[in-house]
Amino acid sequence: MSTAHQENLARDVPPWLFVSALVTTLPHVTHLPLWLSVLSGTFFLWATWLWRQDRRQPKRWLLLLLVVGCCVGILSEFRSPFGRDPGVAMLVIFMAMKLLEMRSRRDAIVLLMLGYFLLLTHYFYSQSIFTGAWLLVALWLVTATLIRLHATAMSAKENMHYAGQLLLQSLPFMLVLYLLFPRISGPLWGMPQDAYSGKTGLSDSMSPGSIANLVQSGEIAFRVRFAGPVPQRHQLYWRGPVLESFDGTTWRQSMGRRRAETIQHTGDVTAYETTLEAHNQRWLLALDAPVSLPADAALDGRLSALAQKMVNTRQNFRISSALNYQLNTDESPGVLSHNLKLPPGNNPKTRAMAEEWRATLGNPQAIVNQALRWFSDPAFVYTLQPPLLGPNSIDDFLFQSKRGFCEHYATAFVVLMRSAGIPARVIGGYQGGEMNPRDGFLVVRQSEAHAWAEVWLEKRGWIRVDPTSVVAPDRITNGIVEALPSGEPLPIFMQMHGGWLRDMRHRWEAINNTWNQQVLGYDAKRQLELLSRLGLPEADWRNLVIALGIACGALLILIMLWALHNAKPEAPEIRLWRRALRKTGVDCAPWETPMALVERLQAKQPALIPQMEPVVRHFLLARYAPDNTEHLAALRAAVASLPRRRPD
Amino acid sequence: MRLIDNLQQRLFRWKTDGTAPIRLDQRRIFILPSQGGLLYSLALVVMLLGAINYNLALGHALVFLLAGLGLTGMVHTFRNLHGLGITAGRCTPVFVGETAQFELIIDNNRPTPRRDLNFAAEKGLSSVIAVNGHDQAKILVPLPARQRGWLTLPRIHLSTRYPLGLFTAWSYLQPAMRCLAYPQPITTTLPESTLPTKGNASHGLGGQEDFAGFRERQPADALRHVAWKASARNNGQRPLLIKLFAGGSDAELSLDWSATDPGQSVETRLSILAGWVLEANGLNLTYGLRLPGREIPAANGQSHSERCLEALALFSP
Repeated sequence: MSTAHQENLARDVPPWLFVSALVTTLPHVTHLPLWLSVLSGTFFLWATWLWRQDRRQPKRWLLLLLVVGCCVGILSEFRSPFGRDPGVAMLVIFMAMKLLEMRSRRDAIVLLMLGYFLLLTHYFYSQSIFTGAWLLVALWLVTATLIRLHATAMSAKENMHYAGQLLLQSLPFMLVLYLLFPRISGPLWGMPQDAYSGKTGLSDSMSPGSIANLVQSGEIAFRVRFAGPVPQRHQLYWRGPVLESFDGTTWRQSMGRRRAETIQHTGDVTAYETTLEAHNQRWLLALDAPVSLPADAALDGRLSALAQKMVNTRQNFRISSALNYQLNTDESPGVLSHNLKLPPGNNPKTRAMAEEWRATLGNPQAIVNQALRWFSDPAFVYTLQPPLLGPNSIDDFLFQSKRGFCEHYATAFVVLMRSAGIPARVIGGYQGGEMNPRDGFLVVRQSEAHAWAEVWLEKRGWIRVDPTSVVAPDRITNGIVEALPSGEPLPIFMQMHGGWLRDMRHRWEAINNTWNQQVLGYDAKRQLELLSRLGLPEADWRNLVIALGIACGALLILIMLWALHNAKPEAPEIRLWRRALRKTGVDCAPWETPMALVERLQAKQPALIPQMEPVVRHFLLARYAPDNTEHLAALRAAVASLPRRRPD
Repeated sequence: MRLIDNLQQRLFRWKTDGTAPIRLDQRRIFILPSQGGLLYSLALVVMLLGAINYNLALGHALVFLLAGLGLTGMVHTFRNLHGLGITAGRCTPVFVGETAQFELIIDNNRPTPRRDLNFAAEKGLSSVIAVNGHDQAKILVPLPARQRGWLTLPRIHLSTRYPLGLFTAWSYLQPAMRCLAYPQPITTTLPESTLPTKGNASHGLGGQEDFAGFRERQPADALRHVAWKASARNNGQRPLLIKLFAGGSDAELSLDWSATDPGQSVETRLSILAGWVLEANGLNLTYGLRLPGREIPAANGQSHSERCLEALALFSP
């Protein structure tokens, strides 16, 4: 067999390559543009067809043409060659096209390296347990293929078995590296714009319907673990953006910095740790009112806790909140007047009613109560499907349709208050949450998104008023599913009242949460904690590198020992015989019997005979006599008495 | 160059291994990343940067698992050679221009198979073998014979990339083996003059009734002696056959150095003599060989021809 022949791919290798290419690219189908998936699939089928028919692979120039075509297509699709999505698209298409150019082992190796690389790209989109498991299987297959390239006549089972063995032996290295490799909290360079796209969550503005849309999503917004007792459900208002500017349809955050809040709190402080999913905004969704925040977060003057940077990965925050508090009793006149502004001209009926209340009641607290009483009219319906409203949306809502979701009620209430001369604003966030009995985490989903109002009263500061609690009290005490009338288009996950289904979901989410917290959540901070627990406080990267080197070295030595001491030891008399030959410097060919050796020595090196004769005699007896222990000892003695050869 | 040679000599412990069986131990196995391994490590570095930049926890895990895989693969590549037993076997003589096949017996003392063992005595000319667990296998290491005489097996480069191809482990073997290379035969007609006149002039190719059977064609046999019909029955699976004729001529043939053209070089004259020996042997003639300073009395048969060819191979004027 010549080298050239061996470098050619054996006929039974390509199927392995096809499977490897498939498992490493397939999950990308879910987010690649359709034409790219179809094209890659076509290349794949083409390659398999060529292989089955035993045909020649396409010419170089044709492939080159196809590559150029695909690159142009990708460029025009994504408008940029840089970034996550075009990069992934390129890799996938290269992988599919490389299947059409598999002439030698080197081509196959390039393809498999590309496969290993592609495995990483899946984590841009998901790091769930399922993705992890899929990729482990893919890794296994690619590794088996790599082995197949370098082994002839190996059965598939044997091959997979060996690949599995190699991966199992690599696991300790992975663990050590995962725990000890100095973690750098990225990014190392500017992130492409699309790096964090496709995240759901509250936005920084609110118009009718925006929260109703969000509620349809069963995604988890954040998880909370309370250090002490869990507050009651109606106290769980998780504050997001404070919306103070209204243009008639849309509420927005107001610009500008505010002076720091003055919070007077009474009663206990609730401590908790929030695991926030990425939502590409800065707010931390703390319980009102946060009194202590982590170092990399601060209040914005409106009681919203903001992180220093956008939360675009899952992050943990330790927060303490006081549930009984007074906020900004000394609010500046500028802020108050800003919170009285309304777009001029529209909603005349609403304004008229509010002004009438102001004239008759006078006292702001009485006006607030009057408004809530107004909403408690059973004609008001809490629904996910409100009718479309005209330009005077508040008038239409309050006096005609009377059907709306939380954002409608909060908006209408704030407009009423501002018209009556009471400073008021809309707060976006989440309300409630579901306790997972499996792991004790409170899970807050997008479906718990909510909007409520805050009014400012003399001497009492900003007070939370939730008109939804009057319209649909169940929303606050029992959650959205109970509050909505039957027949609302709720996603299936919310309709899982059933005991075991709910329990399954809780189990699954608890497992996911453990995965998130323990595996994915391991970062530089946790690394330091672990090291200080191991007795290495104040560890810097130098200590880490040393520890890592020691651990990896120890593992290598272990696996080396396993590798080298797997051989069956030779019989002791053979070892002694070899030692005797080494010591005397006698060369004994494999076909030469010990007796023949003696004969030869007698002719050529008679000086050695007195030494070698007992060795040969005892060796033969030790080797072939029925009971050899005695002879073995004699042989050992004879070999030991041989003089060591002088080095030549 | 001298310095490099010296350095290699020390680093790789080049020395002859004698005829004793060789057992590869850690002192004589060397290992370095292969081209594929370099590509792999480059991919890992890029992947690690990506995982850090995008803060991918599982990306870290993947890169670390792959790094571990690389290290494990290194140990396994090393292990594929470690403890391997190599024993020198036989080597049948060849003619110059042919490729000598040095036989080595590979002994696997481990229950798991060893694969992708590449033996190369010369660059670009290697043979690959796999040995099952607790088994032995024979391998023929090819080496072209370029000069007549003893062809000593040079240092053998035994290498493997199994299992992952990320590392190349290699070892140098130098078992004391040699192979006799006969002079390249030149086919000419047998010397007429040496034929006794009373003999049959047809060189023993005689009558059909003297046909004695077939033998496999030696590379030096002339094509015109091939039994094409008989060979065709083998479908090319086996070497071509040569017709053998019994008796034919019982004349004694003397293949004499002095009968060759003195104007030719020594090597050519030896080649002509080798051609004669083959031809005479093919015709099953009885012949003797006369060289300056050496004379082999007339005889016939395979061992006789081997003796003659050996004398030609080792002839020094």
